[in-house]
Amino acid sequence: MSGNGAERFKEVETKVLAGERLTTEDGLTLFEVTNLPALAFLADTVRRRKRPEREVTYVIGRIVNYTNVCWVKCSFCAFYRLPGHHEGYVLSREEIFEKIQELVDHGGTEVLFQGGLNPALKIDYYEDTFRAIKERFPVDIHGLSPAELIYLAKISNLSMRETLLRLKAAGLGSIPGGGAEILVEEVRQVISPLKDTVQEWLDCMLTAHQVGIPSSATMMFGSVETAEQRMEHFLRLRSLQDETRGFTAFVAWNFQPEGTALNGKRASAFDYLRTMAVARLMLDNFDNIQASWLTQGPKVAQIALHYGISDLGSTIFEERVVSAGGAKFMASREEIERVIRDAGYVPRVRNTRYEILG
Amino acid sequence: MNREVEVEVLVARAGLTDLYGKILKGERLSYEDGLRLYQTLDLTAVGALANHVRERMNGCATYYVRNLHINYTNICNKLCKFCSFYAKPGDPRGYVLTADNIIARLDEYRHQAIREIHMVAGINPKLPYEYYLDILTAVRTARPDAQIKAFTMIELAQIARVAKKPLADVLEDLKDAGLTCCPGGGAEVFSERVHEELFRAKLDNEGWFEVSREVHRAGLKSNATLLYGHIETVEEKVKHLLHIRELQDETKGFQCFVPLAFDPARTELEHIPLTTGQQNLREIAIARLLLDNFPHIKAFWIMITPQVAQLALWYGADDLDGTVNHYEITHALGTTSDHQVLNHQELLHLVNEAGRVPVERDALYNVMVAA
Repeated sequence: MSGNGAERFKEVETKVLAGERLTTEDGLTLFEVTNLPALAFLADTVRRRKRPEREVTYVIGRIVNYTNVCWVKCSFCAFYRLPGHHEGYVLSREEIFEKIQELVDHGGTEVLFQGGLNPALKIDYYEDTFRAIKERFPVDIHGLSPAELIYLAKISNLSMRETLLRLKAAGLGSIPGGGAEILVEEVRQVISPLKDTVQEWLDCMLTAHQVGIPSSATMMFGSVETAEQRMEHFLRLRSLQDETRGFTAFVAWNFQPEGTALNGKRASAFDYLRTMAVARLMLDNFDNIQASWLTQGPKVAQIALHYGISDLGSTIFEERVVSAGGAKFMASREEIERVIRDAGYVPRVRNTRYEILG
Repeated sequence: MNREVEVEVLVARAGLTDLYGKILKGERLSYEDGLRLYQTLDLTAVGALANHVRERMNGCATYYVRNLHINYTNICNKLCKFCSFYAKPGDPRGYVLTADNIIARLDEYRHQAIREIHMVAGINPKLPYEYYLDILTAVRTARPDAQIKAFTMIELAQIARVAKKPLADVLEDLKDAGLTCCPGGGAEVFSERVHEELFRAKLDNEGWFEVSREVHRAGLKSNATLLYGHIETVEEKVKHLLHIRELQDETKGFQCFVPLAFDPARTELEHIPLTTGQQNLREIAIARLLLDNFPHIKAFWIMITPQVAQLALWYGADDLDGTVNHYEITHALGTTSDHQVLNHQELLHLVNEAGRVPVERDALYNVMVAA
């Protein structure tokens, strides 16, 4: 940092310490800073303001990838199979129950229900499945990202509001904010041209929050976007959050290039920490910033606890989407707690609504 | 430049303001200071102090070398409990690379620039003195453009034993055969307790010091290491670092300190969990802070992953080792990939993206100018 950069950084630092809201330019100034301790300092200052206790939360949950059939063909995805492909699957109800039973046996509370855009599954499938799960198990259903919901509404001939109300009545508790990728049209045109638009994604979240379904917000960085576009992403999330307060947490992961149609280098650990620190600083109306253990691994996820992260997400029993792209870190309860304690924090189990359990 | 405001707030919050004062004045940190650094919860404060020293000593430079590893034998009679590499004498998995095997291995890399060839191995009692001279000569003849960094203090003690002559004379022979400098392995932890518990057959602490003194007297540079993440205590680690600092005051022969993260897989200590990212960064930071007379601190990416090694460039490390072809002793853990090579472009990308300046060096830290 020298000359102008250092001065600009001081200005932004002053704003952060005074609790003022940052602009896109401020975010870019921070982003250009390569001084990791300085970024850690600022992000941790905000984290301490939001979460003064020296605690890190996590949820005991598991992903149920109920189908891999999907027609969207995102270039960064190695998980999907097109309709009709012999490797396509839809889990039977017994298979789903078996997975959830295993979760409950481990003291778990969160079922992350996530799959592809499968034309064979209409709203009745989800309503019946959710009701059947809720009848049998004391769990929170955290499921269906906006892309799945938009598609589901379309093939079921329902409005988004109706779709969400019906799913909520059947037991859907909250929505993972997956598929946000980068909320900038030019980026989506390159990486997922067939998926929902920026406006569709935001409208879906707005409607969900309005009907009382909270959600998380995500970002996939390190594919083709610029630093400016990352800031644009943050600002779009921040302004929706101003309106609804419906986002529970923000989580980001880096693009996993293996087995996908996009070339390129995997974003480094440095880029990850910098991006998380800037997210903590830009998303001043988010209570929680979550690490992505699955893509970063335990070492970097732990170090990220000093860069604004206050939640380590879910334990991982099984996950097929990201692992198909090359990431393969499992997260047991013991390992998550060891890593949190080793970083000087107290581990606390939470539910999907971020309420501390026990 | 007044960017150290962050450091001031960080250290104040962590209760380390007095240490920052000492560091700014260039005063040496004490044993008690070392203990406090290990006990400080806030890693960022410790890292920021280490980064201050790193930038004062080495600026933004990050050294690396294009290197190749040759582990000439895995046969070893030391039976260290933390090692998964060795085969006992007589074990069918045992191997010894002959001079011809080594020449053939080097031939595979004939089109690659290699500045340093790193040779270390087990303590194989069957190998005669001539063997060591022969493999040095073979490497020097096959790759006259590379320097040879070879033989830990443990191996040198063994070589002197089979040579049946004083170590000082042996070192002269080895230098004549092509030895440029020595690595730092085999130091483990300088503690009677740990020595007794984990590596009792191996050269003891005082022995390691004696051999290092001889090496430095012979005009050879070497490195020093600490193997952490097993049964050692914080007190033992601080004592270890201070012992090494004293020896460096005496000889000035060390180039670089390398904290080595213990890899429990396939060892007798497999029940011990893998070191965390925070531990990896903390060891690097504390080494940078306590070893004020060491020019370089290395983040050995093979043991702590390339990801953590990149971050370590902001926690005191100024050396990334190298492209490390063919390393066999331990494996990168926690990475998404188990390959043992970081190609030159990947390495430059990691350094550049972290805002540091890659500087290619040779085995003696001479800066290589791009051809």
